[in-house]
Order: sequence, then structure tokens, then C-alpha cells
Amino acid sequence: MLRDITLGQYYPGNSVIHKLDPRTKLVGTLTFIISLFLFRSFAGYLAAALFLAVIIRISGVPFKFMVRGLKSIMILLSITMVFNLFLTPGTPVLVFWKLQITREGIAQAAFMAMRLVMLIIGSTVMTLTTTPNHLTDGMEKGLAPLKKLRVPVHEVAMMMSIALRFIPILMEETDKIMKAQMARGADFESGGLVKKAKSLVPLLVPLFISAFRRANDLAMAMEARGYRGGDGRTKMKPLIYQKRDYRAYLLMLAYLVCIVLIGKVSPV
Amino acid sequence: MGIIEGSGLVYEYRKYGEDGEIAAVTRAVDGVSLDVKRGDFVAILGHNGSGKSTLAKHINAILTPDEGTLYVDGMDTSEEKNLWNVRQSAGMVFQNPDNQIIGTVVEEDVGFGPENMGISTEEIWERVEESLKCVGMWAYRKKSPNKLSGGQKQRVAIAGVVAMHPKCIVLDEPTAMLDPTGRKEVIRTVRALNQVEDVTVLLITHYMEEVIYADKVLVMDEGKVVMQGTPREIFSQVEQLQKYRLDVPQVTLLAHELKKAGLPVPDGVLTVDELVEELCRCK
Amino acid sequence: MSMQIENLSYVYGEGTAFEKKALDNVNLELPDGQFIGVIGHTGSGKSTLIQHLNGLLRATHGKIYYNGEDIYREGYDMRGLRSKVGLVFQYPEHQLFEVDVFTDVCFGPKNQGLPKEEVEARALEALHQAGLKEKHYRKSPFELSGGQKRRAAIAGILAMHPEVLVLDEPTAGLDPKGRDEILEQIARLHRERNITVLLVSHSMEDVAKYVDRILVMDDGKIMFDDVPKRVFHHYQELEKIGLAAPQVTYVVKALEAKGWKIDTDATTVEEARSAVLRALGR
Repeated sequence: MLRDITLGQYYPGNSVIHKLDPRTKLVGTLTFIISLFLFRSFAGYLAAALFLAVIIRISGVPFKFMVRGLKSIMILLSITMVFNLFLTPGTPVLVFWKLQITREGIAQAAFMAMRLVMLIIGSTVMTLTTTPNHLTDGMEKGLAPLKKLRVPVHEVAMMMSIALRFIPILMEETDKIMKAQMARGADFESGGLVKKAKSLVPLLVPLFISAFRRANDLAMAMEARGYRGGDGRTKMKPLIYQKRDYRAYLLMLAYLVCIVLIGKVSPV
Repeated sequence: MGIIEGSGLVYEYRKYGEDGEIAAVTRAVDGVSLDVKRGDFVAILGHNGSGKSTLAKHINAILTPDEGTLYVDGMDTSEEKNLWNVRQSAGMVFQNPDNQIIGTVVEEDVGFGPENMGISTEEIWERVEESLKCVGMWAYRKKSPNKLSGGQKQRVAIAGVVAMHPKCIVLDEPTAMLDPTGRKEVIRTVRALNQVEDVTVLLITHYMEEVIYADKVLVMDEGKVVMQGTPREIFSQVEQLQKYRLDVPQVTLLAHELKKAGLPVPDGVLTVDELVEELCRCK
Repeated sequence: MSMQIENLSYVYGEGTAFEKKALDNVNLELPDGQFIGVIGHTGSGKSTLIQHLNGLLRATHGKIYYNGEDIYREGYDMRGLRSKVGLVFQYPEHQLFEVDVFTDVCFGPKNQGLPKEEVEARALEALHQAGLKEKHYRKSPFELSGGQKRRAAIAGILAMHPEVLVLDEPTAGLDPKGRDEILEQIARLHRERNITVLLVSHSMEDVAKYVDRILVMDDGKIMFDDVPKRVFHHYQELEKIGLAAPQVTYVVKALEAKGWKIDTDATTVEEARSAVLRALGR
């Protein structure tokens, strides 16, 4: 379950999407997320879903990898849905036609859910097609102007990249410690909230200690390999915009225009 | 002049009390002198807590000596201005393969050191290719390190160091967390590096089988170098080694036992073939 | 207190792209009081197998009987099984979490619901059996050395009074002396408490010295299941799967190949010594 989070799990490939500059992909993802809030109509969702489907198709990443990221928000999703349905009194058909507000409630629930799903899938496409290092490179370079304002852009980017690399390792470790404590009779499932929270101590303490130990080791290993911050570093994979990136930006613009138009033409 | 020259090295770990006073002092390295020649393969043996890892960290200037001097490739490691050059001259590979890989893709990890050195992009790629081929991991360059075996991860870590073109590599128990197959892979890689690429190697370990190919073996105990010599010389002293909480390979022990039983077997037998040959002479 | 394993298979991620058969039709009988070595390279399925023994993993197919009882039966006391089959994971010191060693060892028996006096009595006894000196009992686990931490962690399992003790590479990362001490301690436990011990290891030398029986695993299957000397007769097959017989086995085999009339069963230095001396007529 914990391991199912696809965040930071790069899916190797050679598609155009993989090859795009991470800055392009970051801007693209952002554009896509913003676009999801620019319309409130079925046609808009159709357009966005279509766009996403095409991108996924081009990326060549099997769809099931995208869906796996959804599992983690399944609860949030179902709560949203159930909550809205619960607030709808009477028979759905009757209510649907009579009460404007309730109809919007259902629509809102469905649309919100669709938005959430597409938002997650959209960002998953980015993380699946971009190595975390590449991604942080993109952020670092994209946000470079902020350095003048004393924002530690390189450091933040490096921290993120390391976090991404260690997420799967710590997930596995969590699983291992959990099993080890279960072998000592620990019970992580039953009991009330307080008891459950207390039962996490034998899991969290070793996990934090391990994380600190790893952080310590890693810092030493990085220093040993001559790391001393961002100044004076060169790049193995420098970011240079290619023709395909300009094309991608054009495509994004076209998509955005479409969405805005749809939003104008069919308001609800 | 040797590539690593240390004399009278002392290093102490200090434990501080609540008011910042020194509560306890542990002398981890206690008056060690060493002289490693260019191209040598030197092994340092010792049980856990003997000070061997602390000593190793000095060579890469992660630690600097409290007393004594250490020169790496003619540079004093205690001088701040030499720090980065020392780290480039003496690369370091650590015990836990997971905790020293920074990149999320093999090739990016190998490129990490060269990137820090500020060399051009083309040269980084050349070095990454050359060092991955050198450790036999070129085919895995696009893989995630999390998908590799322990031995493969350590070879990637070695490649990451090799890409910095160091004159000397210090390996701090690189095989302690590996299975026998992984151990063999790593030791084979290290030997090739030493013989083919002529890189000076300092191997820290407590596995005795790994040191039989070394030019020179140092044994450490309580922060001091207590024995040194060729593997054969060291392995001739079975009882002495056991006193230092070490053991010898089974063949060496068997040869030793047979000698004690009166057979004319020489001391310090290192391999199965050697022992078999000697025994056939006894017949 | 015997255990039977019948047609046990375990498939990771069934139905996904990562589907992997970690165990493939394993059949085993683990009678009382045996000292068993489990050997195999990384990924051979040995860790998966031992996690089935106390119900941490549930088999995809097959059955496990503990004392004749089907552990997959509806309503079977799985938590009870976990205290009867004590499992010491690799690097067990990574699971220590309490303020001091003694309290940490109490965790297991406390979870069993025992009264306080009993819990503490068991913890003391277990720490003693694991060979940890009394001056360490009230220390934080993080003040101890690697070998001492390992002992404390093993004590944490012993305090639950397991009838079967399973240890996954209990000597990993220890130096030779630390390794010998832990193995001696385990051997003594086996003798004194007459419990079944399963020792998972990479080292043939270690295993050969202590166990009555060796299980060799490869690719999720049991490849050999026999007394050590007979398993090591297959040294060439063992090499093919990334394992090896103890060094002395190679010595006696090589001597035999040179025309010596020598007993080739030797798996320890002691046995090889007598075999060579006997062959030379001494």
C-alpha cells in the first residue's frame, strides 16, 4: 500500500514527453492544473481529458502506473462524493430536476472528483517521465532569478531531489520495521484513535533514527565527492531548450486558448 | 614520496556533557603512521571499533587529525585550502550502498562528482561512460539504483569515485553489507582498478579472504597499527590475529592446525591450491 | 511443536507487471528441536519463506500446520503464533525504540498481555540468555556497540518464549569475533532450551559448524534439504547458484582428485584436519 505511491518513481522511456525540457513540463503541468479551474462544463472536462489522454499516449507509460497514484487520494475522493450525495434529499431524479442547488451539488461533486483525478494524473505524468534530478534541475533553473532575492534555490532543489530518491527506501524500511514490531506482538490495527497513535511509537522512533543515520551518511558521501553547494558546479545534463520545447509551448498555448474559449461558450 | 604519508596521527572523539564540558574522550586513532606508495594495494584490517574507519575518513579529509600530519599526494589535509583537491585525489567508497548514491538514475549518480568539479558537460559524459565501463555497469546506466543488487550498487558507487579521476581510492568496508556474490563482484572490481588502471587502493575490511591479494596488510587494534606486512606474513600469525578479534581463512587455519600436528606445511598458506600442493608433497 | 509446510507458493504483486513467484511449491517438515540452516543468495526466497512461518506473509497457495493446526483456518490465533514462532529480522537493532534496553525487551511480553512481574522476569532472563552484560540493561540502546545492540534485539524476541526461533542473518555486519559470539550464544540456546532454530545465512562456514540440517533455496524452491556434509557434496551445483561449500571441502575434494584416499565429508576445519591426518596414516 505505502509502496504504491508513484511519486518519484521514474518510468524509463524514450518518448518526446520524456525528452522535453523539465521546465517545459513544469510549465505544462502548471498550465494544465490551472486550466482545470477555467471551465465548469462537460465540454471542458472532455477537452481536458482528451488532452491528457493524448499526452499519456505519447509518453508511452502504461496507464495503470498513472492510476496507482490515485489510490492515495481515493479516501479523499470518496468522502467528497459521499458527502455531496448524502446532502441530497429525496429521489435523485426528482431532486435533480427540481432543485437547482442540489443538481449543482452533484455536478460539483462529480466535477470536483474529476478535477482531482485529472490533477493527480497530470502531475503523475510529469513525475513518471522526468527523473527527479531532472525535475529539480528544471525547478532550479526556472527559479534561478529568485537567487538574487537570496532564495536558496539550489539548496531547495537538491533537498527535493534527495527526498525523492529516499522516499522508496524509507517506504520499504517502514514496511520492514512494521513487520519486525508485529513479530514482537505489536498491533497496528485495533483500538481507538489514542491507542492507534500510541502504537505508532515503535514504528516512528526507529524510522526517524534510521532517517537521521541515512542523512548523516549521505551528507558525508556527498562531501567526499566534492559537493560544496551550487556555485562552480557544472551540469551533466544542462538544460537547453530544443525545437520540441518551443513546439510544446505552442501546443500548450493552443490548449489554453481552447479551454478559455470553451469556458466562455458553455459556462455551465 | 608516497601518495599517502601520515605520521603520528591522533584523533579523539569527544562527548560533551550538558553544560558543554567534555564528558568523555575516546582516542579512536592513536599514533598511527603510514606510508602508501603510488599504485599499491593496501588493506587495513581490524575488528569493529578498532579505529580503522576513523583513519580512513582522514585520508579523504572528512576528518582532520588532532595531532600529527597527513599528506595526500603532497597536500597537507589539515589545510583548509587543500580540502577540495584532497577529496579529488583520494576518493572514498562507504559501507552502506544505499546511503551514498545521490542520483536517481545510475548515470546521473556517477556524474555527481564530476559536476562538483566543474568540468565541461562533454567531459562529464566521457568520464561517466569510461568509469561505468570500468566497473562493468555500463549496461545499467539508465536504471534506478533501487533496482540493483547490493554488489551492483557498490560498483556504481565505485564508478562515481573513479569518474573523479582520483589517484587513490579508499574503500571503507565496502562489502560488509553484501552477500558472497556481491562481495566477490566488488573485490574483483577493486583489484582490476588497481592492476589495470593503476589506482592506489586502500581497502578497509574485516573479511580476511579479501586481503590476500593486497601488497601490504595493516592490522589495527585500539587505534594503533599492531601488525603490518605482506598477507603471507600476516596470516602466518594465526594466534596473534585471533587475539585481535580477527580470524583467518579456513585454509590458512587448516594449514596451521596441520603444522601443529607435525606436518611440514609452511606458515601463511593463502589459497586452496597452495595447501593441496603442499600436502601432496607430504605424502 | 512441529511445523508442516505443504505446497507453499507466494506470488508478489499477482496480476501486475511486477508479478514474481517468490516461493514455488515448497514442502517442508520442521520437527522439534532441530537446528536448521537456510541458505540461498539474495532473492532466492529465503526471507519470504521465514515470514510465512509466523504469519506475517500469507501464502498465495498451500498450507502451514503448526502442531497439526492449520494456521490459515478461520479464527486461528495469529498473534499467538507470532509469539510461538519468534522471528529476528536482519539488522534487528534497527527496531529498538524504547528509552532503555530493558524496557525495549519488555515490549514483546507486554504485548502478550502478561502481568508486569512476569514481563520483567522474562526480560531479565532473555537479556541474560542473549549474553548482554547487566551494566547495559538501563542504558539507551543507542549507547551500545553494534554487537550489543544486536544482542538486545535478539533478547526482545527471546523474552516472548518462542518455541521456534528464526534468525535472518543474525551476524550480518558484525566482525569475526562478534559473529562467533552470537552464533555460540544461539547454539547454546538451542541446546539448553531445546527449541527449534532456523538460521538464515550466507556463510556456509558458519552454518556447517552448527546446524543439523541445511535447506538450500534457489528461485523460490528448495534445492537441497539434507545434513551438511551431503549438501556440500553438491558443491558444483551450489556454485552455479552463487553459493559455495566451505573452503575445507574444496581442499579434501582436491586431494581426492589427486588420488588421495580421503574422507571427503569434511565441512569444518576440525573435520578436515582429522581427515587429512588419517589419510596420511598419522
